[in-house]
Amino acid sequence: MTEVDVRGFSCPIPVVKTKKAMEDNPKDVLTVLVETEVSKENVSRLAQSRGYSVREEAVSGEYRLTLTPPGK
Amino acid sequence: MGPGDLAQALAGLPLISDPNLIVGIERAEDAGVYKLTDELAIVQTLDFFTPIVDDPYAFGQIAVANALSDVYAMGGQPLTAMNIVCFPQKKMDISILRDILAGGLEKMHEAGVILVGGHSVEDDELKYGISVTGTIHPAKVVLNTGARAGDRLVLTKPLGTGIISTAIKGGMAGEGAVAKITRSMSTLNLKASELMQATGVNACTDVTGFGLLGHAAEMIEGTDVGMVIDSTAVPFFPEAREFAVMGMIPAGLYRNREFRKNMVEVAQEVPQYLADILFDPQTSGGLLISVPEHKASRLLGRLHKAGISEAAIIGEVVSEPKGRIIIR
Repeated sequence: MTEVDVRGFSCPIPVVKTKKAMEDNPKDVLTVLVETEVSKENVSRLAQSRGYSVREEAVSGEYRLTLTPPGK
Repeated sequence: MGPGDLAQALAGLPLISDPNLIVGIERAEDAGVYKLTDELAIVQTLDFFTPIVDDPYAFGQIAVANALSDVYAMGGQPLTAMNIVCFPQKKMDISILRDILAGGLEKMHEAGVILVGGHSVEDDELKYGISVTGTIHPAKVVLNTGARAGDRLVLTKPLGTGIISTAIKGGMAGEGAVAKITRSMSTLNLKASELMQATGVNACTDVTGFGLLGHAAEMIEGTDVGMVIDSTAVPFFPEAREFAVMGMIPAGLYRNREFRKNMVEVAQEVPQYLADILFDPQTSGGLLISVPEHKASRLLGRLHKAGISEAAIIGEVVSEPKGRIIIR
């Protein structure tokens, strides 16, 4: 399990950092913490485009995304 | 600022009306028009923003092309301009400002516009743009309203500059994509405007921050016509698709969609990336022209012949549903 905390960053940095985490740890389930709706949408798009399944939870005004790579 | 924020700030302000004011701020027009004589009116607009590309010279060119576009969209002829500069003097070398101003001046020369002055302030964040004054015949103002059922909609530049700019900020866009959008954003809408006027059209606006659909919505809001847009006919940069799918979507795009969600209906078969691109905030985008059907192919032919090769007919104006835009 790899955690990516991109709270405090505005678009497109959350996507860039998540993409890097995916490339560095291709087999890992990623937990991504984002602050805004825009980052949540954009990180979800990135994940779906790479075949990850996306689960989202709202935690006190922020979002925790669990991205599971394909075949896992 | 988002489209809704601005409406909120302007609501209820005591505006002064004047019989010579042909276009004021009541409607979302591209520029203000004030009649001086029966033959002559002045057109005024201004625009400035933070850098959209890294190259200062190109940024200057784009900022000027973008500001002049509002005059071209109304069928006016820009004459004079004044620079607007916000510059972080302590953080940045003055040569950067010089390059920006040189780029801006080059575009003004191309447009036949004279720089007559300007104003600069020190600011934490670099911003550049111009205010523009032009002339127009009071009876020949092309408003953004006036589209009639049966008109064809012509868009003169490809979409996607906002998405690609976001990718540039994220360090994801290659040089080719940067060069492509720089060329498009720094292209004046001068020729497109001249050809539109020579052809005779019913309405026009330029596509900028609210995206294609945001500006299309302004053309029909509160009128008795609607629009049908063929998403497969809309020109866009191929890189915009790639980056949209990757999640390189600017926050403004989401705001644009949210603001117009009640006016826009997107068919299910339209892919997500394309629905995104239609709301992508553009810088120095093309003209969106509503032209009578029998003149549409003539206008398109003229645009293509003038080198505006990506211009396309992207849809039509319909009598039903009124005040709505259907995306097929």
